[in-house]
Amino acid sequence: MKSLALATGFAAILASPLIAQDVKPMMVAFADGAVEDSLTGQAGDAAEGRKVAMGRKLGNCLACHMNADMEEQPFHGEVGPPLDGVADRWTEAELRGIVSNSKKMFEGTIMPAFYIDDGYERPLEKFEGKSILSAQQVEDVVAYLLTLKE
Amino acid sequence: MKKYLVATAAIFAASLAYAGEDSTLAIEGEVFVTEVDAPEHMENVSTLYSGWTFRADETQALQLDDFDNPAFLFLDQAIDQWDTVEGSEGKSCSTCHEDVADFAGLKSTLPRVEDGELVTMTNLVNECVTDRMGAEPWKYSGAKMSAMTALIAHQSRGMTMNVAIEGDAAPFWERGKELYYTRVGQLDMACSNCHEDNYGNMIRADHLSQGQINGFPLYRLKNAKINTTHGRFKGCMSNIRATPFKEGSEEFKALELYIASRGQGLSVETPAVRN
Ligand code: HEC
Ligand code: HEC
Ligand code: HEC
Repeated sequence: MKSLALATGFAAILASPLIAQDVKPMMVAFADGAVEDSLTGQAGDAAEGRKVAMGRKLGNCLACHMNADMEEQPFHGEVGPPLDGVADRWTEAELRGIVSNSKKMFEGTIMPAFYIDDGYERPLEKFEGKSILSAQQVEDVVAYLLTLKE
Repeated sequence: MKKYLVATAAIFAASLAYAGEDSTLAIEGEVFVTEVDAPEHMENVSTLYSGWTFRADETQALQLDDFDNPAFLFLDQAIDQWDTVEGSEGKSCSTCHEDVADFAGLKSTLPRVEDGELVTMTNLVNECVTDRMGAEPWKYSGAKMSAMTALIAHQSRGMTMNVAIEGDAAPFWERGKELYYTRVGQLDMACSNCHEDNYGNMIRADHLSQGQINGFPLYRLKNAKINTTHGRFKGCMSNIRATPFKEGSEEFKALELYIASRGQGLSVETPAVRN
């Protein structure tokens, strides 16, 4: 027991400086819908971001967007524009803004804000006070979107 | 009472069903209104479409023939229930109501206001179950209630949706409208975002409809049972990660009135079939 407590205490000390660097959801600074600085200070992982974007319980971007790069996945939605070539249309900062909180870029959009943890009504209890994606997942998705060039 | 599956078996061979996006919903020669000009009180939509229009051919086909429509198994259960004695008074529905067909015209006009309260068909049935039969109330969307309300609503099939929204119904209608346009849940969406702004679009594998309730209660292939309006509202709210209102709640009743009014002019299709 003692060694386990020690081990977890040690892990917490190690982890905390990293966590402290994440910009908290409601502290993200938007300028014209874009977010200049990384939310984590860490480079995003495009391969990881592809998985996050695809995951039905995570980004679930295919619910609304077609994406030729995910051709192997069945059923792409058509509520939003195709994601093909988004990196040609938007800068990294703009994409970070769109994924964090698209309402800052597209007023009244149906697209969910993936990095807010407050300001929505009647959430299911298990999602209360939580953002859909973590800061690193947002960065990973942005890194992935930057690979979508035509 | 005569049961459906026995009654329709004989004419099964007669109807050759064909379904498609532009096809007509006709059952035993009766043609249903599945597309009609929107009523004046709808500000952002010009044409109403039945949810049937958006379903895949195979799903559409199941609604074209009562013999193929799995809902009728449940309607037959409700016909048995109709004659079943329950409660302290030793009565069944048939003790007092001669024929369920007498309820024609009820579904198309519900919910309605009675003594200042908005009542749904479920409320009306439960009033008989508790006050007149002396039995425990049936669960709002339980199997017994879903089947019985489907059977009663079916008596209005082909009639035109026509709920009252003025006078003492107005405040309930306004409340329902407000709920329809209010964003909820972690995904922060309103009913209108999907069913008004995006009907006709695919959302993943689902072809979004206008979220009409003229076919309710209806059979869903997904759970192989009769589904109620409030059950469906609950499902849509959970999908956007919102805490749903309770079935039978004032909120869902008001929403039901408002959505029924957004279907004014469509035919009642109960029991419809959906995926
Ligand atoms: C519920 C539907 C929905 C979901 C889910 C969704 N989006 Fe969107 N998205 C939209 C819509 C609609 C727009 C168009 C903006 C507007 O509303 O006018 C859009 C716009 C965008 C744009 C700008 C596209 C362009 O070329 O103009 C990007 C980039 C984007 N979304 C990325 C994503 C990513 C990444 C995800 C998943 C993490 C995602 N979206 C999930 C609906 C959605
Ligand atoms: C003791 C007699 C009695 C029994 C038993 C009974 N009801 Fe009723 N029911 C009534 C009366 C009386 C009314 C009110 C009629 C009216 O207002 O016109 C009514 C009204 C209704 C209504 C509303 C009709 C309308 O047009 O507003 C429905 C639906 C209904 N009953 C269904 C049922 C069902 C289903 C059962 C069995 C589970 C049942 N009733 C059992 C006497 C009964
Ligand atoms: C994220 C999009 C979305 C939102 C938001 C949403 N729904 Fe739905 N709803 C669906 C989908 C998908 C279906 C199944 C396909 C269809 O009929 O549109 C559906 C089906 C329905 C149906 C059944 C329609 C039929 O003909 O069988 C009703 C009724 C309904 N929704 C009501 C609501 C109500 C009320 C709200 C708001 C509380 C709501 N929905 C919010 C996506 C949504």
